[in-house]
Amino acid sequence: MRLLTELLGTPTEADLGVKGTTYQSQLPELRLKEKKSRSSLLLSIQETSSIMGSVAESQRTLYPYVTGSSVVAIKYKDGILMAADMGGSYGSTLRYKSIERLKPIGKHSLLGASGEISDFQEILRYLDELILYDNMWDDGNSLGPKEVHNYLTRVMYNRRNKFNPLWNSLVLGGVKNGQKYLGMVNMIGINFEDNHVATGLGNHLARPILRDEWNENLTFEEGVKLLEKCMRVLLYRDRSAVNKIQISKITEEGATVYPPFSLKTYWEFSAFRNPAAGAAGSW
Amino acid sequence: MTKQHANWSPYDNNGGSCVAIAGADYCVIAADTRMSTGYNILTREYSKISKLSIVHSALQMHDKCVMASSGFQADVKALQKNLSARHLIYQHQHNKQMSCPAMAQLLSNTLYYKRFFPYYSFNVLGGLDNEGKGCVFTYDAVGSYERVGYSSQGSGSTLIMPFLDNQLKSPSPLLLPAQDAVTPLSESEAVDLVKTVFASATERDIYTGDKLEIVILNASGIRREYLELRKD
Repeated sequence: MRLLTELLGTPTEADLGVKGTTYQSQLPELRLKEKKSRSSLLLSIQETSSIMGSVAESQRTLYPYVTGSSVVAIKYKDGILMAADMGGSYGSTLRYKSIERLKPIGKHSLLGASGEISDFQEILRYLDELILYDNMWDDGNSLGPKEVHNYLTRVMYNRRNKFNPLWNSLVLGGVKNGQKYLGMVNMIGINFEDNHVATGLGNHLARPILRDEWNENLTFEEGVKLLEKCMRVLLYRDRSAVNKIQISKITEEGATVYPPFSLKTYWEFSAFRNPAAGAAGSW
Repeated sequence: MTKQHANWSPYDNNGGSCVAIAGADYCVIAADTRMSTGYNILTREYSKISKLSIVHSALQMHDKCVMASSGFQADVKALQKNLSARHLIYQHQHNKQMSCPAMAQLLSNTLYYKRFFPYYSFNVLGGLDNEGKGCVFTYDAVGSYERVGYSSQGSGSTLIMPFLDNQLKSPSPLLLPAQDAVTPLSESEAVDLVKTVFASATERDIYTGDKLEIVILNASGIRREYLELRKD
């Protein structure tokens, strides 16, 4: 069968650009995406339908390019506290050192992201539009953290259904009408709420600490101290973590992203000074 | 850059176990509240039980149908939203709640609709039928289903199902005339049995634990109970 586009004549580049999925980049290797699907499911679609062919041959993220590391977030007395470092890794290369991964969304929400940075920036564009269009009603209503989180779960799940995931784990926190909210979504749409959450290696290294030490009535100072403890463990043991960290809070009054800071570290333990001491080798 | 990552999969298994037991005038539906991925626990407080109906807090609606689901959480959530929406439309069109056997058929059709990109969800549906008798429907991921007296689905089902078979001895479906599938237990005995099977499954299944949520449906309405389970 012939492609629909062949029957209807060649479309202009502007026509193609309207739908992201049908657009064939002039620089196909610019991003790590693949033209042909590896999935047998998509292959069968490719074989059976030439109209669907344009979808199956489109480009999609098969693995991330520049990634951000863990995000850790907790509820505290007055709202939500979130922490993330500012590193952006290109594989194992530390490519960027000043990437903001905590962003306020609307009036009541705060978003933290790990994973593909470009996909995160795309999500920020989606959210900007969402908040803008909601504002245009001019009815005094505004989207709360619960609504924004639900929106994100649907976007992430929808993209996984198209076999074209947004390669992120997202943390969404916020306060509206005295209700604290803290939730997570990942790239295949798994989502939940909890009193404390952490993405990536944070789920292994930070959450056990949070389960031991978190309680509902933490003050701001105690919360920041707890997050710093988590970020310090991550800094020591997560190779892609960097010592430039942002902490952010959101309360009924709104969101504040504090300026970046560094954690005090101590590397003078004998095991750090001579890491090969315990390992008998030939040199 | 050399390839050093696992191939992306649209699926995950978030674990968890579900059980439903039907009696002459009640139905007990239960599931644990752990949500896992691989060896990680994502949260210890995730309800796998869905009421499938929009509850108006002002007028207490009589619920007839409850679904417990394990498998891939994102698919489960999509399935629940789909069924809730379909149930809302049904209420507007017929001015009544959907019966449990009707919801059972709808769930089967909804699962089969995605036969070639399935919802990775393992469900048991429990409720009261039109005569007020307890009913349990058990499913696979692509929609084949059966009305039974009791059932278990999810990661602990291999441990729970034989235990229920041993304790409840349901009549063979091959018997003629067909025997009633409901269990002979009283409501409180059924609730105790559910607590026992979950405490046992939690001992050996790493994906089951944290907390047990039990929903009891009978003529007087809907009731919830919780039981703490092992957290390791």
